[in-house]
Amino acid sequence: MRIWDPSIETLDRVSLRQLQLTRLRETIDRAYHHVPCYRSKFDELGLGPGDFRNLEDLRRFPFTTKEDLRLNYPYGMFAVPMKEVVRIHSSSGTTGKPTVVGYTKKDLESWAQLVSRFMTAAGVTDEDIVHIAFGYGLFTGAFGLHYGAERIGASVIPMSSGNTDKQIMIMQDYRSSALVCTPSYALTIADRMEKTGIDPATLALKVGLFGAEPWSEEMRRELETRLGIVATDNYGLSEIMGPGVAGDCLERCGMHIAEDHFIAEIIDPETLESLPFGEWGELVLTTISKEALPMIRYRTRDITRLHPEPCRCGRTHVRMEKTRGRSDDMLIIKGVNVFPTQVEEILFQAEGCEPHYQLIVDRQDNVDSLTVEVEVNDQIFFDEMKLQRIFIQQLEKKLATGLGVGVRVKLVEPSSIPRFEGKATRVIDRRSR
Amino acid sequence: MKVEQISIFIENKSGRLAEVSRVLGEAKVNIRALSLADTSDFGILRLIVDRTDEARKVLQAHNFTVNKTEVVAVEVPDRPAGLAEILQILDDVQINVEYMYAFVERCSGNAVIIFRFDNVDEAIAALLGRGVNVLKGEQVYEL
Repeated sequence: MRIWDPSIETLDRVSLRQLQLTRLRETIDRAYHHVPCYRSKFDELGLGPGDFRNLEDLRRFPFTTKEDLRLNYPYGMFAVPMKEVVRIHSSSGTTGKPTVVGYTKKDLESWAQLVSRFMTAAGVTDEDIVHIAFGYGLFTGAFGLHYGAERIGASVIPMSSGNTDKQIMIMQDYRSSALVCTPSYALTIADRMEKTGIDPATLALKVGLFGAEPWSEEMRRELETRLGIVATDNYGLSEIMGPGVAGDCLERCGMHIAEDHFIAEIIDPETLESLPFGEWGELVLTTISKEALPMIRYRTRDITRLHPEPCRCGRTHVRMEKTRGRSDDMLIIKGVNVFPTQVEEILFQAEGCEPHYQLIVDRQDNVDSLTVEVEVNDQIFFDEMKLQRIFIQQLEKKLATGLGVGVRVKLVEPSSIPRFEGKATRVIDRRSR
Repeated sequence: MKVEQISIFIENKSGRLAEVSRVLGEAKVNIRALSLADTSDFGILRLIVDRTDEARKVLQAHNFTVNKTEVVAVEVPDRPAGLAEILQILDDVQINVEYMYAFVERCSGNAVIIFRFDNVDEAIAALLGRGVNVLKGEQVYEL
């Protein structure tokens, strides 16, 4: 079993913590001096870069959230001048505006290294032909895996997403040996092969690197059986870096978090108290090497737990379990992050009044679908079918543009969507996890 | 010369049409004519009733979304090409028919057809100008 960077990945935990402390101090110092948002938040609590004696002192510092990124849209959280930023990516935001992230040359270098790490841990080598079926674009998935695979020396096929028949043809003809996509898309590929009578055993596929959406152990077994591969999970989020924050080794007993670049904490999302290793809670990450966009105690909203015990693979870095839901209402649909509040905002603009709506997420033939049910009212009800249809089509278009994922709009009768006291449950997720 | 029509949004699920007629029946509202345009998800039910405002009020009270629209009731000779002649008049003055449907009752032996035009006033003027009988609202509600 190969290790990409043995000196760091198997570093003893005492030395690892020492390295973390040094890098954390530098990060806090840079954040304080170059990012006004951090400076004012730290000043408010009377904290400064000098307030670090040990790693536990990090707990005294305030959290950073997606809201901070939104308020400082687009570049306000960057800690370097734009001329040092060489790449920009983004992900969807909670209220319309996306979240913008930037990378310096050094950040891109670290990112490629960290992707190389988890790809190597999953068994990918310079002999592999890596088939990337993530969409290339603002989303970090495709480019993240792309540069990591090149760094390993593998042959990269920048396939991008969609057109399943062509994906399969390329896999057959180009002898793809490693498949990169969302786990649900891998199932779509498996279904398609079955339908068209292609035996996966005749392909060269041996490993799958799946991410960008939560998936279960059952789904892992299904993918392994049906495609005849080893299916590995990896974790990342654009605010922190993108894929490469954590990834499975072949022991598959949790994803190793790259602790020389990130400090992981688990908190109780209600009380915000730190929780010990082994307890379920929200993952909070601090970047300790990123130049362009340092994140101090970023609340990922992903629920997981951490295991610090040494792994049989020899790596010493802490392992995180597959995420088990969210501490907010974010949905992941076809790998795209969707917040119900985004839907609400677009509906509000279309109707000019408080909308009554409900999101129905379903999965058929392994493809996610999003239906937005909207209660009809005088403003959006037309006597003419033509006008009514145009209204629905325009709304579908606005939602698809705003959310980055296709939407079906269904008008329903007034008062047919349940009303709730307090926090409304506006989502019905019928996908089995 | 205009007739009031109400349109009701109806979801495509069982019992909704029954509910509309039940609500109207309880309010002693009599349906004079109706048409239903539907898609796989929903339908638009258009009604002409003897008491429009009362119908609208009770349906809204039962959480239906109701619109009021002005339509035109035209007497159409009950013989071959009767309708074609009327439509030709409208075509001559370039008025579009958004939709139309037939009335159950007859008027002086002729058929009555309800039209929704993009330009109601011009349509009425054009029809009257060519000697077509356009029914008054009160006439229609009492037919």
